[in-house]
Parts: sequence; structure tokens; C-alpha cells
Amino acid sequence: MTKIEAIIQPSRFESVKEALLEIGIAGMTVLEVRGHGRQKGHTETYRGREYEVDLLPKIKIEMVLPDKLVDVTVQTILKTAKTGKIGDGKIFLSKVDEAIRIRNDERGEHAL
Amino acid sequence: MRRRVACGLALCFLLSGPLAASLGARANASSPSVSLSAASAATLLWQQPTEDRLRALEQSANDARSAGDNAWMLVSSAFVLMMTGPGLALFYGGLVRKKNVLATMMQSFALMAIITVVWAIVGYSLCFAHGNSIIGGFGYVFLRGVGATPNADYAATIPQQTFMIFQLMFAIITPGLIAGAFAERMKFSAMVVFTTLWFFIVYAPMAHMVWGAGGLLNSSGGAFPTLDFAGGTVVHITSGVSALICALYLKKRVGYPKEPMPPHSVVLSFIGACLLWVGWFGFNAGSALNASGLATSAFVATHFGAAAAAIGWAAAEWIRNGKPSVLGAISGAVAGLVAITPASGFVGPMSALVIGLCAGVGCYLMVTKVKSLFGYDDSLDAFGVHGAGGTIGALLTGLFATKLVNAVFKDAQGNAQNVGLFDGNAHQILNQLIGIAIAWVLAVVGTLIILKVTDLLVGLRVPEDQEVRGLDISLHGEEGYNLES
Repeated sequence: MTKIEAIIQPSRFESVKEALLEIGIAGMTVLEVRGHGRQKGHTETYRGREYEVDLLPKIKIEMVLPDKLVDVTVQTILKTAKTGKIGDGKIFLSKVDEAIRIRNDERGEHAL
Repeated sequence: MRRRVACGLALCFLLSGPLAASLGARANASSPSVSLSAASAATLLWQQPTEDRLRALEQSANDARSAGDNAWMLVSSAFVLMMTGPGLALFYGGLVRKKNVLATMMQSFALMAIITVVWAIVGYSLCFAHGNSIIGGFGYVFLRGVGATPNADYAATIPQQTFMIFQLMFAIITPGLIAGAFAERMKFSAMVVFTTLWFFIVYAPMAHMVWGAGGLLNSSGGAFPTLDFAGGTVVHITSGVSALICALYLKKRVGYPKEPMPPHSVVLSFIGACLLWVGWFGFNAGSALNASGLATSAFVATHFGAAAAAIGWAAAEWIRNGKPSVLGAISGAVAGLVAITPASGFVGPMSALVIGLCAGVGCYLMVTKVKSLFGYDDSLDAFGVHGAGGTIGALLTGLFATKLVNAVFKDAQGNAQNVGLFDGNAHQILNQLIGIAIAWVLAVVGTLIILKVTDLLVGLRVPEDQEVRGLDISLHGEEGYNLES
């Protein structure tokens, strides 16, 4: 089982979600986060005082999937989340030790 | 036969009353109800003496005028209260950080309660009862004698109780403005003590001097008649300058100016500012104390001042910063409203535009350049907008006030005299400066004393960890937004 964490531009989220649904991925956790890599922020001004805002809003999608589905999922996210500009985001993959369904205590890939 | 004649005569008598009344109605514009009942009671209309009928007619006309004046004044009073709650509460609330929004709003709200009680017991008396030239006496303590009968010293066509409640709303909002300087760091208990003392030491003397019968600065009869239609000196200079003293005495917020502290909700501030603009019609036009053409003139001047100032600030920002901000535009409008306050019932609409423009640009520079130059932490720019705007407005009133709008100065024969500089009276500027100076001195000295006393009694600032945690949790045990629930 592999965990996919994808940090993407908020404006791309709807397209990514629909594309994932189309390939049969329905389970995900979505977080509204702030962050930056190399993307520059912007300046806001209130009553003459300037504030550098360098933490930018992003969407983070977390999914835990059976290993055989990981490649197609990553390809789908890459295709739909890409704009070609700095700030598009990143995808991280990590191994998951165990998954348990709370409703009926199922374990392993059956729980996904 | 005799019975029919008797019936006919009785019918004639019965009809003659209403008939005479309707005849009388066609002769006059309106038929006073007094005449009708009198006709049906004992005497018929044409048998009443003319003097009685004229007196009844005059009474009705006065009652109608009083009804119009009183209705407007009650509405104005409500509008001015709305300026505090929720106008000022929202305007200031949106400007502070999220963790302090409730504490900031509570400052406005608490005053609505506390100042009301103080006013009822002794406040109104100290401001408006006969006393000396500096402070009123105790004639109206517990609002004794303040009822339906008009007080000719102030407003001859409305109940004195209306005048009292109208003035109360001014006394409420004035200390609320000071909160802009000590926002996000003052203890609630300290604010309660401070504003109560401030009412007695600063507001009541200033209100009495400018507006009270026999006041030193009263435009009718004072030694230095200062033109202040709705409170440029009494409300804005006193509170604005006090705010500066508070900001200097309390010192900066933890983290200022390094840590970013942008407004948590310009949306709330926007709503508050719009409520302030609309409410200000009650503040300024209501200060005519009747529903006359002067009230209209003040209404128009107020609106024009706000509009020109909003443009002034936004334009200045657009030029210097490249973008006109929403916060700038609404701040400009407020600055314009502040500046037009003393001038509203004395100047024409075109002058109001000029005054607004000056305030918009002037206050913009005060808030952006001067504040950073001196480095004081006037959190919500109470001094930059109210202190500076009030001073600008009071000065410009001396320039633009004209007898064509308000013949406030009359000679012994009752002829209207020149009022402001452009009218031909250069001397008024001097009186304006005296009024402004007294407001400044009273605010500075009074506030320093009050801050010292309050500090000794309850302490002024919250401890640093409470300030960092936020006043809502620390002082009130609440959070403004529990959006996850």
C-alpha cells in the first residue's frame, strides 16, 4: 500500500478530482494548506503598511492506494494538475504499514 | 306642524356645526380639531372669539412642527447609536487580528451601557445644565426636570428628553473612538475605568464649553465662539488626541512593527464604515436639532464631504502605491466625515467637497507617512483619522463657514454678520484655533492624569502571554469564530 500526497494549485483541484473519479479512485482526503517552494509570494498593503505574503494557498490531496493503482493515479494527477508554471506543486509517495476500516475492522488492501 | 318646525330647527342646529366647521376649513388651510369639538360642545364656530381660534391654530401649527422635528431627532438619535453599535464595532473589529475581534467589539458595546448609566445619573447635567463657563451644574441630576417640555436654551421645538437622548449617543461614541489606539493590548477593566473617568474629565467639560449654555466656546455668547456644529472638537479632536497619548503611554503591541498584523477582515470594516457613513447623517444633520432646511444642508454637506474624501484617499493611494485599496477608500470616507463634522451646518455643498478632499489626502499622509516617521503604535489610526481629521475640519470651518448657510452670528439689531474667512470675517480662524487648542490641551492633560490613575487602580496592559494568546480568550473566555463546529 502506498500513500500519495499531492500538493497542487487550488485552481486545478476540480479537474484533478474529476479525472481521478474517471479512473475509479473515489477515496481521498483533501486539505487546504499554505506553502511555497520556489514560487514568490505577493505584497499586500493595509493603511500604508506592507505585508509580504509568501505562504500561498494550495490544495493537498492524500490517498492510500493498492500498489498496482499508484502509477495510473500519479500519471492522472500529473496530467491534470500541470500548468507549466512555477507553483504547480509536488507529489510524494511513501509506504504505508497498515490500513484498517473503522466500520468493520477490515485490514490490509481490503480496507482501502 | 309645530313638531315639524321644531325638528327642522333642531336639524339646522345639528348641521350648522359641521357646516360652519367646513366653511372655516375652506377659509383656513386646515381646520383645527379644537374648533370642531368646541363647536359641538358649547358655542358654534363663528361665535368663538377670533383670538381663541388663532391661538388654537398657532398651537396646532407648532405641534405639527414639533412632531416633524421630534420624529427626525429620534431617528437621528437612533442613527448615532447605530454608528457605535454595530458601525464602530465592525469597523474596528475587522481591523484587528482574529484573536482580538470580540474584545474590540466589546469595547464599543460596553460603552453603550456604561456611558448611558453615567449620563442618566449626572452626565447630562454636567454637560448641559447651567453651571459655569467650563462645566455644567447639577440641575439635571437623575434627569430631574428633563421631560416633554422643550429646553429653549438648546432646542425649542422638541422635548428636552429628545435632546438628552440625542446627546447621549454622542457621549457614547466619543470614548469608543479612543479604543482604536489601545486596541489589542488594554485590559477590559482598565478600559471601563479609563472611559468613565475620561467622560468626566475630558468629554463633559468640552461638551459644556462648546455646546452648553454659558460655555466658554459656545458659538452664541461664549467668550471665544468656536464653530463646531456636530462635534469636530468635542468628539474627534478630544478622542483623537487622547488616542495619541494612550498609544504613547501604553507603548507598542508585542511584535510591532516587525510582526505582520494585517486586518483579519476588511469585509467587517467595510460594513462598519458604510454604517458609519449612513449613521453620520444623524450625527451631523441631527445636530440642527430640528427638521429644517439647515438639517438638509448639513445632510448634504456630510454626504459630499464623505464622497470627496473617499476619492481623495483612494486617489492619493493609487498614485503613491499603484493600487487604490478598499481599506483606503473607506478610511478616506471616514476621514471626510470627521472633517465635515464641525463644518456641516455652516458650509455650502461645494465647500464640503473641498473640505472632504483635504481630509482624505491629509489623513492619508498622516496615517502612512507621519505615523511611520514617529513610530507610535496607534493601532487603528484613531489619531491619524479623528485627531488629524477633526483638527483639519475645525480649521477649514473657520475658512468656509458662511452666513448664507447659517447666520449664526447676529448683531444687536438681528442682522446676519459674516461668519468665516471667505465670508469676510478673518477673526473666526482665531476662535477656531482657540477651540482646537483647548481641545488638545484638555485631551493631553486629562488623558495623562486618567492613564496614571487607571494604571494605579487596575493596571493598563494585559500581561504579554495574554496579549500573544489573544484578548478574546484571555479577557472574555470566548472565540469570535468557531467555524469548524
